[in-house]
Amino acid sequence: MTVEAKQQAELVENAAGRKVPTFVNGRDQVPYQGVGKYKPTGRKAAPPVRSNAEFPKNGDKRVPDLETALRLCGLSDGMTISSHHHLREGDRVALPTLQTAAKLGVRDLRWFPSASFPCHAPVIDLMEQGIVHHIEGSMNGPLGDYCSHGKMRGYGVLRSHGGRWQAIQDGEVHVDIAVIAAPTADPFGNANGSHGPSACGSIGFALADSMYADKVIVVTDNLVPFPCIPWQVQGNNVDYVVEVPSIGDPAKIVSGTTQITRSPDRLRIAETVAQFLKVTGIMRNGFSFQAGAGGIALAFVDYLRKYMRAAGVKARFVRGGSTKYLVEMLQEGLTEYILDGQTFDLDAVKSIATDPRHVPTSPFTSYNYHGKGNFASMVDAVILGATEVDVNFNGNVVTHSDGRLLHGIGGWQNCLFSGCTILALPSFRDRIPVIVDEVTTLTGPGELIDVIVTERGIAINPRRQDLLDAVKGSGLPVKKIEELKEEVEKICGGKPAKPKLTDDPVAVVKWVDGTVLDTIWKQVGD
Amino acid sequence: MATTAEVTAKVGEAGRQGKDVRSDLFVRFEPREGPLEIDLQSRVGLYYGDNIREQAKQVLAALGVSSGRLTIVDEGALPFVIGARIEAAVRRAGSGNGKRWLPEAAPRPEHSAKDRLRRSRLYLPGAEPKYFINAGLHYPDAIILDLEDSVHPAEKDASRLLVRNALHAVDFGTTERMVRINQLPLGYQDLEEVIPERPDLVLIPKVEHPQQVLEVDRKISDIETREGIKQPIWLMPILESALGIENAFAIATASDRVCALTIGLEDYTADLGIVRTRTGEETQFARFRVVNAAKAAGLQAIDSVFSDVGDMEGLRAWGEKSRAMGFEGMGCIHPAQIPVIHESYAPSQAEIEKALKIVAAFNDARVRGLGVVSLGSKMIDPPVVNRAVKLVSRAKLMGLVK
Repeated sequence: MTVEAKQQAELVENAAGRKVPTFVNGRDQVPYQGVGKYKPTGRKAAPPVRSNAEFPKNGDKRVPDLETALRLCGLSDGMTISSHHHLREGDRVALPTLQTAAKLGVRDLRWFPSASFPCHAPVIDLMEQGIVHHIEGSMNGPLGDYCSHGKMRGYGVLRSHGGRWQAIQDGEVHVDIAVIAAPTADPFGNANGSHGPSACGSIGFALADSMYADKVIVVTDNLVPFPCIPWQVQGNNVDYVVEVPSIGDPAKIVSGTTQITRSPDRLRIAETVAQFLKVTGIMRNGFSFQAGAGGIALAFVDYLRKYMRAAGVKARFVRGGSTKYLVEMLQEGLTEYILDGQTFDLDAVKSIATDPRHVPTSPFTSYNYHGKGNFASMVDAVILGATEVDVNFNGNVVTHSDGRLLHGIGGWQNCLFSGCTILALPSFRDRIPVIVDEVTTLTGPGELIDVIVTERGIAINPRRQDLLDAVKGSGLPVKKIEELKEEVEKICGGKPAKPKLTDDPVAVVKWVDGTVLDTIWKQVGD
Repeated sequence: MATTAEVTAKVGEAGRQGKDVRSDLFVRFEPREGPLEIDLQSRVGLYYGDNIREQAKQVLAALGVSSGRLTIVDEGALPFVIGARIEAAVRRAGSGNGKRWLPEAAPRPEHSAKDRLRRSRLYLPGAEPKYFINAGLHYPDAIILDLEDSVHPAEKDASRLLVRNALHAVDFGTTERMVRINQLPLGYQDLEEVIPERPDLVLIPKVEHPQQVLEVDRKISDIETREGIKQPIWLMPILESALGIENAFAIATASDRVCALTIGLEDYTADLGIVRTRTGEETQFARFRVVNAAKAAGLQAIDSVFSDVGDMEGLRAWGEKSRAMGFEGMGCIHPAQIPVIHESYAPSQAEIEKALKIVAAFNDARVRGLGVVSLGSKMIDPPVVNRAVKLVSRAKLMGLVK
């Protein structure tokens, strides 16, 4: 398929009142219809049927280098190449893949990463040269600016981790060639991320691509004889295996130690969240929670486990982003399992490699909305961040208040389905209030966001009368969200001016079901 | 030969800029003829650029400045900081004629009682405005806006304005608002600037003689009379030398404003030429002396700070020992120390229960007109009753007894 150039799109208002394009990167789009309203039809996509006869009987699928592999995969103009972000800022596979494609003389590729990092900024050069047409995946830093300023030929498409699985599975995005960076693999293509010099933990983000792409290349710097155990990626889906000296910089793949915030205000937010879980009884035997690896989230885990110890409470499972702190909980018996989506530090990587109770998961089991359920909705409480939240509890994680791309969605949207979704945020940053009248970019509908915890108090969504009842008489600083907003505006010296945006779409935000939730507009003055 | 205008026109600069600077700003004011020019760069310019320009005009107008060039590089500062920095730059340029501009006032708490709880007092360096705004959220019993040791000599003038504006505009909640001034005579300028904003308490550093307390007392009284201030402003002398410790009782009784004595152990150990340790055996004499002098004068005795913010167990041990010695609180330099300090100065549940029983027995004896209080088979002496009454009333203040 050749991706068409960006054309003048018709804009319609979706169910959230946001203007969205109906045609994006050559495909018709369904505007967002509300939570759980869109009913998908049809059958899942599937890769072509293949035969054992095409593959060596001894299972050795090695080819000399990435260039050979791409050529054998039939790389041609307009194809979609996917990659994954489990090597994070240390990744040395995605960029060389695209640069090798450039050497082969192809043009107009669609790069479909599960997320991009600042180390991928040189893709800008490839877009300037016409080799990469556009990116569908999270963009921040220089790539985010490039897209925000309308320089990319296609639209940016931002999807949650679950939404990426859904898009592949539903045939919305057809991956021609998936390139999977594997910290350990065998010549057949079985691969895992938990072992080897570039170990990163789970490589679940690559699973959908391994199952649905036309062609699959595994790139490793730690080739072991068959069988590679565990085999999170199964060689039966893999076409070629490439051995390279290094897939990444271990120091940038995982952090040595993840650090709890030392900011007193953030610590206070974290402590308040933990108190909230205790007071409301969400923290009880057999419960579950998810918290990421941000400073507030780590501090929250530290407070919560103290409360759990004191109360003799044990969790059934905790959901990672795993870190040293979750690993310690597992080893101490405060949780029976870690269900791991991403593995952030050395302790967590070691744990996932050695402890069978520390389980690698994929966006299919945890996040995909077009399945027969997923476990995100079974998590009792999730603690997330946001750049903005509005008085209707809508959240924004993808843009600054001026509409510039800032973050990917990650698992954020998918997590909103938990039993109690808590946004833990400072009430203002650098004088800019975080609680606003209306979020700049809608990333999560307010009906799914239950609690906002700031250093100045807690706001509970009026839809959650049960939570409002549960905190009565607790002494927790519960306020109306409007009160919090006014308090912060007073400190900041009034409401911030609303930055002007153009009517020119540069990217769209997908909801978990593939419908279009909101639009990112080109920056003024370009 | 230069004209007069050229001689007096010097440039004034204040504040800080740079990517690591948060909630502050850099201001440069250049007095010159012609219309007022304001040049603004701001990290939050998109949202508050017009607001900052408008504020700058208001501040300059209040200072009587109608010409010159004002350059602002703002790193997301709040209005009370912006005002203080502009005022400092203008004053440093030799303009403004001592006029002041005040931000919008925050609600003021009730004035503080002489014997209120003073378990924790959180030091806030007077030159670091980013710590001011949320200090009250950590519920220390008091915050100290410090103009003394944490402020570089070259920043005393500018910090004074920041502290003044903070007292006026920052909502510290129910926290007691304290200011540590510099030693006299520099401290007089601090008092001139901050007393009109009615802090609850002034800490006087390095006190060695009662005269030093009297001088501060008189200055405060003068300003109170001038400004019509009615609410009490308390004093807490800090004893930080061997001589200060020797004169503890005379200092404690120098003025009715003195509500507590405290001790500064870094300076005290330096004065003695000894090393300060984690457990503090070397300063036991001085601390006991402070406790005894304070109690003899009917005041509170407040301990020094514990400087290792990473060592919570050391802090707890220090606090518990300090309470046993007769101190009622101590300083803290990080909000994380506050809950530990509050716990370590709190009476134990067993102590509270015992004291409640004694108080109940005392009340019972009084009702029944008995001269002797007894609990079970034991007779309770009056001092024991007295101690129990004090303990229960403190426990009530701490919220440990309903």
